[in-house]
Amino acid sequence: MTTKTAASTLGASASRIIPLSMTAVLGLFVVGFVGFSHMEVVHNAAHDSRHSLAFPCH
Amino acid sequence: MFLFRNIVFTAVIAGFVSGLCLTLLQSFATVPLIIQAETFESGETTSSHSHDHAHDAATPAHEHGEDSWMPADGAERLLYTAAANMLAGIGFALILLTASEALGGFSGWRSGLMFGLAGFLAFSLAPGLGLPPELPGMPAAELGARQLWWMVTAVCTAAALGLFAFSQTPALAGLGVLLLVLPHLSGAPLPANHETAVPAELHARFVAAVFATSLIFWALLGTLCGAIRVRLRGGEEAYPSNAAESVR
Repeated sequence: MTTKTAASTLGASASRIIPLSMTAVLGLFVVGFVGFSHMEVVHNAAHDSRHSLAFPCH
Repeated sequence: MFLFRNIVFTAVIAGFVSGLCLTLLQSFATVPLIIQAETFESGETTSSHSHDHAHDAATPAHEHGEDSWMPADGAERLLYTAAANMLAGIGFALILLTASEALGGFSGWRSGLMFGLAGFLAFSLAPGLGLPPELPGMPAAELGARQLWWMVTAVCTAAALGLFAFSQTPALAGLGVLLLVLPHLSGAPLPANHETAVPAELHARFVAAVFATSLIFWALLGTLCGAIRVRLRGGEEAYPSNAAESVR
């Protein structure tokens, strides 16, 4: 009973692990690209956004 | 794949709207201060601001080339800022939604708002306490070290908040306290010297503006994620036991 409640509270059934890993990786990739990419062009394009969202910048 | 599709769709809508709203707020609150700071950065020689960041002695190794592409001032610059804000919104929304699904899923806009506020604490306030939002032309430690500290602090704070909200035992909450303070005890990478032409008063206004606009952005992002997610569950009936569970 206890383990079943814990498992369903965490929503950690096996069928959800793959899609949730994919959304996590996608989200981290997008944030990393906008906020952390060292590419000059990306930095310049996202410049004001990076400063205004308190990302470490140049 | 329905779960993946629904989360991505929710994140795109929430991120798009929040990013647009953030751009509007920033264009009044933060961007004018950035442009003002850039006049100090390039020295007294030019009043038209240049967007490249010539640095002072604190970071000699990191000088941006004058010839690389950058958006032209005005509409083009605003357009790219808006695009970056929306992308950041979508990325943060994906992270929020993934965390919420792993912890039982949103039950509506209210639980979304709670996650959004947690996102503000983890991704804005906690890293910003050690590394205050910078204006162009301000000295800073080496970029890689700051980025690493920022990420570690965000992850530790998010984990701590998760432990506070979902752990059952005092020991785990204690671990959360430890995770919360550890990055700040170890300390953010700081520049060797803090001299800058940017007035402290300008920087103070900028820091306040960044936290205010970020708070609104995160609150809106979380609220939208929660509100849209509960309406967008098509095809997920394959996971009935989980869909019924909710955080709050």
